[in-house]
Amino acid sequence: MALNVGCAAPPGRSTDNKTGSWRVFMPRFDSEACSKCGMCQLICPEGCIRQTDAKEFVPDYDYCKGCGLCAEECPKAAITMVQEEK
Amino acid sequence: MAIDKTCELFECGHRACGGCGAALAGRLFLKAAGTETIVVSSTGCMEVFSTPYPETAWKVPWIHSLFENASAVASGIESALKVQGRKEKVVVIAGDGATLDIGVLCISGAFERGHDITYICYDNEAYMNTGIQRSGATPYDASTTTSPAGRVSTGNKRPKKDMPRILAAHGSPYVATASIAYPADFMQKVEKAINTPGPTYVQVHAPCCTGWGFDGSKTLAIGKLAIETGLWVNYEMVDGEVTKVKKVVRKPVEEYLKEQKRFRHLFKPAPVTGEIAKIQAIADRNAEKYGIDIKLPPKKDA
Amino acid sequence: MALEIMEGSIAVAQAVRRCRPQVVSAYPITPQTHIVEALAEIVANGELAADYITVESEFSALSACVGAVAAGSRAYSATTSQGLALMFEVCFNMAGMRLPIVMTIANRALGAPLSIWNDQQDSISLRDAGWLQFYAEDNQEAVDLHYIGYKVAEDHRVLLPTMVCFDGFILSHTYEPVNMLTQEEADAFLPPFVPKYRLDAASPVSMGMYATPEYYLEFRYETDQAQKRAIEVLREVGREFGERFGRDYSALVESYRMEDAETAIVAMGSICGTTKDAIDEMRAEGKKVGLVRLRCFRPFPSEDLKAALAGASRVAVLDKNIVLGAGGSTPRGAVALEVRDALYGSTTPVLDYVIGLGGRDVRIEDIKKVVALSEAGDGDRFYGLRTEVL
Repeated sequence: MALNVGCAAPPGRSTDNKTGSWRVFMPRFDSEACSKCGMCQLICPEGCIRQTDAKEFVPDYDYCKGCGLCAEECPKAAITMVQEEK
Repeated sequence: MAIDKTCELFECGHRACGGCGAALAGRLFLKAAGTETIVVSSTGCMEVFSTPYPETAWKVPWIHSLFENASAVASGIESALKVQGRKEKVVVIAGDGATLDIGVLCISGAFERGHDITYICYDNEAYMNTGIQRSGATPYDASTTTSPAGRVSTGNKRPKKDMPRILAAHGSPYVATASIAYPADFMQKVEKAINTPGPTYVQVHAPCCTGWGFDGSKTLAIGKLAIETGLWVNYEMVDGEVTKVKKVVRKPVEEYLKEQKRFRHLFKPAPVTGEIAKIQAIADRNAEKYGIDIKLPPKKDA
Repeated sequence: MALEIMEGSIAVAQAVRRCRPQVVSAYPITPQTHIVEALAEIVANGELAADYITVESEFSALSACVGAVAAGSRAYSATTSQGLALMFEVCFNMAGMRLPIVMTIANRALGAPLSIWNDQQDSISLRDAGWLQFYAEDNQEAVDLHYIGYKVAEDHRVLLPTMVCFDGFILSHTYEPVNMLTQEEADAFLPPFVPKYRLDAASPVSMGMYATPEYYLEFRYETDQAQKRAIEVLREVGREFGERFGRDYSALVESYRMEDAETAIVAMGSICGTTKDAIDEMRAEGKKVGLVRLRCFRPFPSEDLKAALAGASRVAVLDKNIVLGAGGSTPRGAVALEVRDALYGSTTPVLDYVIGLGGRDVRIEDIKKVVALSEAGDGDRFYGLRTEVL
């Protein structure tokens, strides 16, 4: 790709960087306990939690850094942080 | 206009610390602002973690020039849009150092001239990107690398510079404080600021797990404690008058301070009660000034 | 061709008006103030559809221009001396972001000690920043270089900010006859600004990202290449200007009576007007002297300069600036440093004269004395140092 004049770049390339590799702990989502409030999706600093067609919330593990904010803030305690199996 | 909460204008893959309050602030303000926004960033955490060439996390038009001139750059953009007859909104996003210290010249000029811009200051209370140095927003007794606690020092010696009031004094029609601990409130304030003509300002408390010393999962909890102890007040000012304040059942400041390594020196090896009392006095003054205390009804006898 | 007698600053303001900037961002500083005042009046009278921002400092003046140009508007500012020094950071930033602009510099000495009078230290001190730099000999040239400046700067082969330099007070406050283009002529020559990138919600882009060591060198290479390409673009645009309006600007250096010159004077700016008169007098006395005038300092026209100086036996450089600490045990100015670089490998002596600093008047007799000194091999010195006050 040619160098862009003036250190400019179009959107889209940050997703090249898979920050999921930073993780030590990962969030496990319990869809049974989930009340679909959407809080996890709102407060994730990565914005990597998406709602599926089945209305379940799932993180994109390619980018989830395992910070644990979703688990901490979930009003139904439906998210638990577990050590990742590597 | 309803804020589209599912719209993500801040892409994954950015390099913020896990649990970063500023990254959350970035995502949230963009949801409130929407696609017809031109963002001006100052040098700092948010700029650095979001734009190492060629990876950019921003899906709206975005520009970074220098550390201290975001307001002046925004003034020029607003001016150009006016002449070109374009409708995009200009929003500045800058840290506390860039806003309260080195950027004071430019923000004062921009606000005095009355440009139609919105300025969002993400306040993590120090120069975080360069490694946690003291800024004008660093709270009293916080330990930073340039205001460290030591044998003859209890940390930062000055209270936070009251930037919201400074800008209200410039005649800003809308000034607000917010916190990422209350995301819906923050987004509403951003929306209001953007839709108010003239120069408007939102200072959003963005707790920093790395700089303040707490686990990244506690970012919102810490933000809530700051408000519940009265050390941070969420309020709005319309045309210079305080109109809305978040009221709390107040907790003693220790509950906030003891959770953070930057205040550890006030508790270990022994509580520095004199300093804690001074910080409590700051909280009490805030409470009085803004009327944040919920008056509980007197307890009935059992 | 109609000529009007106008103060230099007013002529520049009128030229800028014809360039149709959409944003003018101005902070007053002697001796540029008449330019920004005239532009304010032009805007207030509806003669230019621009937004005029009365910024709170020069730093903000140029920063506002960064924003305006990034948003796709042609912008303008003017400054000098202390103001330009305050813009230092933004100058590097703007060139690195490849945002084109024309900024007038009414050259003035830099403090300390404070001086409001002319020399060329201010713009010369920013020669590393990546801006194109043109130096006008007279007010006509100052005027014309604004139209040319925008066209060259905005060319997609260049995309670099540009300083049009004219000596403070000597040119800015002097009344000279100038030919002003009509608005139609200016519009035909200088079309509206078409940015390569712009801040636009319809097509988002991130501008001013940071570069890791993996990329930084390549960005600097690209900016330097843009400077190199500017030489050809300037020739093209200068030639077009000549074809349209009868004043050719395709030469980056101007040779005056150099055909058989033994002593070649090299200089920039208004001092060249005085030098030409001195040369005419010396020629009448039988001395073989000529002038090679640098109209363009950035990019530095090394090849053209070398060719112009080919036949000279000696070169006397008039430096209205000083690079403090350069030159070993003798004083040195920036023009001489670059002339010597251009002549590297040649045995032609280059003698440097630091002259006219802080507005010290340079008269015809001074030029003649410099030539005499150069003939005696007495160079690399201050000219006119008042040893009695030391």
